[in-house]
Amino acid sequence: MMICRPEATPGWDAILATATVRTHANMGLLKITGGKVYDPTNGINGEIRDLWIQDGQVIAAPLDPAAKGDLTLDATGMIIMPGGVDMHCHIAGPKVNAARKMRPEEKRTSPMVHRTLLQRSGTTGSVPSTFATGYLYAGLGYTTAFDAAVPPIAARHVHEEFEDTPIIDKGFYVLMGNNHYIMKQIAANEPQRVKAYIAWLLNASKGYACKLVNPGGVEVWKQGGHNVSGLDDNVDRFNVTARQIIREVARCANELQLPHPVHIHCNNLGMPGNWTTTLDTMQSLEGHRGHLTHIQFHSYGGNPDEQSTFCSKVPELVDYFNTHENLTLDVGQVMFGPTTSMTGDGPLGYYLHKVFGRKWFSADTEMEAGCGIVPVEYRDKSFVHALQWAIGLEWYLLAQDPWRIAMSTDHPNGGSFLAYPEIIALLMDRTRREEVLARVPEKVLASCTLKDITREYTLNEITIITRAAPARILGLKHKGHLGPGADGDVTIYQPQSDLQKMFELPRYVIARGEVIVDDGEIKKVVDGRLHHVAPTYDEACVPDIQKWFEASYSMQFRNYHVESDHMHNPVLIGTNEAG
Amino acid sequence: MNAAVQRTETDVACTACGCVCDDLTLQFEGDLITQVGPDCPLAAAWFEPFRRPMTAGHKVQGQPAELEEAIAQAAEILAQSHAPLIYGLSRSSSPGQRAAVALAEQIGATIDTTASVCHGPSIMAIQMVGESTSTLGEIRERADLVLFWGANPVVSHPRHFERYSVDPVSELLPRGRADRHVIVLNDHANETALAAHQFVLVPEGQDYELITRLRALTHNPQAEVHPLGELTVDAIRKLAGQLASCRYGVVFFGLGLAQSRLGHLVVAELLRLVADLNARTRFVARRLRIPGDVAGADSILCWQTGFPFAVNLGRRHPRYNPGEFSAEGLLERGEVDCCLMIGSESLNDFSPQARQQLATIPLISLDYPHVRSIVPAQVRITTAVYGVHRSGTAYRMDEVPLPLRALCHSSLPSDETVLQTLQHRLAGTVPQPPILRR
Repeated sequence: MMICRPEATPGWDAILATATVRTHANMGLLKITGGKVYDPTNGINGEIRDLWIQDGQVIAAPLDPAAKGDLTLDATGMIIMPGGVDMHCHIAGPKVNAARKMRPEEKRTSPMVHRTLLQRSGTTGSVPSTFATGYLYAGLGYTTAFDAAVPPIAARHVHEEFEDTPIIDKGFYVLMGNNHYIMKQIAANEPQRVKAYIAWLLNASKGYACKLVNPGGVEVWKQGGHNVSGLDDNVDRFNVTARQIIREVARCANELQLPHPVHIHCNNLGMPGNWTTTLDTMQSLEGHRGHLTHIQFHSYGGNPDEQSTFCSKVPELVDYFNTHENLTLDVGQVMFGPTTSMTGDGPLGYYLHKVFGRKWFSADTEMEAGCGIVPVEYRDKSFVHALQWAIGLEWYLLAQDPWRIAMSTDHPNGGSFLAYPEIIALLMDRTRREEVLARVPEKVLASCTLKDITREYTLNEITIITRAAPARILGLKHKGHLGPGADGDVTIYQPQSDLQKMFELPRYVIARGEVIVDDGEIKKVVDGRLHHVAPTYDEACVPDIQKWFEASYSMQFRNYHVESDHMHNPVLIGTNEAG
Repeated sequence: MNAAVQRTETDVACTACGCVCDDLTLQFEGDLITQVGPDCPLAAAWFEPFRRPMTAGHKVQGQPAELEEAIAQAAEILAQSHAPLIYGLSRSSSPGQRAAVALAEQIGATIDTTASVCHGPSIMAIQMVGESTSTLGEIRERADLVLFWGANPVVSHPRHFERYSVDPVSELLPRGRADRHVIVLNDHANETALAAHQFVLVPEGQDYELITRLRALTHNPQAEVHPLGELTVDAIRKLAGQLASCRYGVVFFGLGLAQSRLGHLVVAELLRLVADLNARTRFVARRLRIPGDVAGADSILCWQTGFPFAVNLGRRHPRYNPGEFSAEGLLERGEVDCCLMIGSESLNDFSPQARQQLATIPLISLDYPHVRSIVPAQVRITTAVYGVHRSGTAYRMDEVPLPLRALCHSSLPSDETVLQTLQHRLAGTVPQPPILRR
């Protein structure tokens, strides 16, 4: 039967279409010459090398010695790294936008982004507007960023914000730790259904990885305002424990051969004494690969009712981490100053509201998740805050294998991503750490090991934790390095004695072969791409999912899926099996 | 046209009100709608004009005009303007809303949405105190106590009870309505009050006073409180007890609070009460938003500029100040010299003074075919309808995004197309103000 459908867009739409398309086609050959290259993935540690990029990808040097680039950048005396990769930040979606909406006050005192012929305007502060987010990341030499917490019901919203977040490549993790269907199927001992559902959900939302946030605890909060206290508390109504959720989702992520393993925000975030829960979580993976995020917030000793007992338990945790290769982590460094806490951890948001006494936004999402937003300020004169700062640095400095640890502030929770250069300086320069330790409450020094740590990061190690490692942990074979086939994402720094300044203002930033930033100025704005996965699943499981969905959700099953054409510049990342 | 082919479209989202019910079934014959289900007076009215061929076209100075002429006129008006206003957007969708912000930025306009004369004060309240809220499905599953305060959803959101708040059956509320308690608070008995379990008559203009009493009793059930007009101390105590003893409570609040005197303070106090109640139980609040995609309008404005409504882009960067940059105030004070309305049905919500002023400046309206503007527009461009003629996204009142599909053909341009064309035409013609350094 013929169905009357809209024709291809009518005349006016067509005229406009040609005017608004921004592509990466025909970019020619770019040669970057004379720079000192740091590319740890390919074993290159500060060697002078030429780099060739064609059509957005790094290529081997042409065999013809007379070959010339269409554009040559002279990077003599400069430092060359792959573009930065932020594997855990909050930059898009309902939670981020609620924070923007709720906090006009901080934008008045933050730098504005002006409209130019190239740039859209925007606002900054701890939660920049979308266009500003793209420009700020690019200006920092970061070309890839992954949003860490998306309720799948809001995936469509995230895709729309991503379309308005220029330059950087992106993807997002799908919240699953309090998902009703997953909990029900775990309780019913239906591992095949759990696995099929997870794969179905990643397909429906066009997400990248499985995320757990306070598994089971958010559901307990939604039920009655409480929380779980550890891995073995029963989640009422569902009759499962956090331990079961973690183990099952970790298993499924591995069996589905997802490029990134399960991404875990542990139970009891921020609570003194939570380190035992964190250790328990590491053990509960039973050897499955797993990524523990913002580990700083989960490494505390002490008694929750007595602030003076608050102390670092990084040495104990790092012992376990160093000897268990299945684990990776990012830090979630706290930096001093005002910021916004935003989390899928509903009970945590309420806790922070009580601690800080500031305005509180909370949003419960049906069948899936929670959300808490609170403005916070970390102060160097606060024992707790200064110790949190020190604990983050302990993690960077005590973890032996930089390939399993990624830099993050859990933007904007511990601080803005704009603080990365300052963190780099702290890691590379022991005296900078000592300067800070000299002004924090003295008790901090006795409550952690930071003052005794002499390690200073090398540029090679910085390259690993800001690019190479996060790309590898994400399973992105074309990111975080500069070998042939890699994306032409390159950051070029002018060496200077002030390391923070050097990393704050790259000399050039190149995204997919195009020079985006030149001497602190945006020279070109391109679209970023969306990275997503599409694992296969047993179709026979879908009718049961649909039956549950239709009895539970406030929307239609058909309308839940994000259509393929709603993704902006998608890049499908195959499962590990598919190579 | 040949004999029109009959077909059925299911899972259609309706943007007649903020419920954005997405379970509609539409029967088509060719490009005409022949049946709409399930029954809803707002949905029936919303889809009624699509039962007949649409004749409405574009106009310049009240005379029928070709699209090209209308766009040229609109571009001319905007090019001459020193202080343009772009307003409306809650009947549009993501593509049109995005294009409107882009145009506003290029011409240095003030851009504002209909939230400004509806729940704008509620958004200001959120900026003051935050908000404990949830998606509608969460309420459907869990809420055993449902309050409607200053609202009349039986009329304004006819299927709200059925789909989200009162009738649905869940594991926790297996008997649906019988497992919930529904209270209406209002300054007069309305249709919703008649359908509720309990009606609390709030003395007119005394909502704030009642909320503060409830807050006091939430903190200390023994607190001494005074009666409030006809409301006895016992009645207030009973209400406070009900709020604290439910398992999961929700208060849906409407314009009866948001548009009351100092509405932002009233709503802020309500949101504080809801936050306080979370020390005793779980409690959430939800604005009962009126037009279909008003949540999308302020969401998109917010992610692109950082601010949800009343945004001025005249200095090449976004500035936000409700009142100063709210459409109604700008019009009343005569501070804009032309207005581009995207969906002019909301003109009715403006003060007479603002409407009078609007009649004295050039007005460009981008309207759906069936919309008759109450103020004559110098240029009227009729645009295709999202969710019928064009695809897009609507954000439901709880900001859950729902797909709008193109269901039939229309040769009308989308508002996105018109706005992008205007932006294209005006590139370089409007002098940009210098960047002002702080």
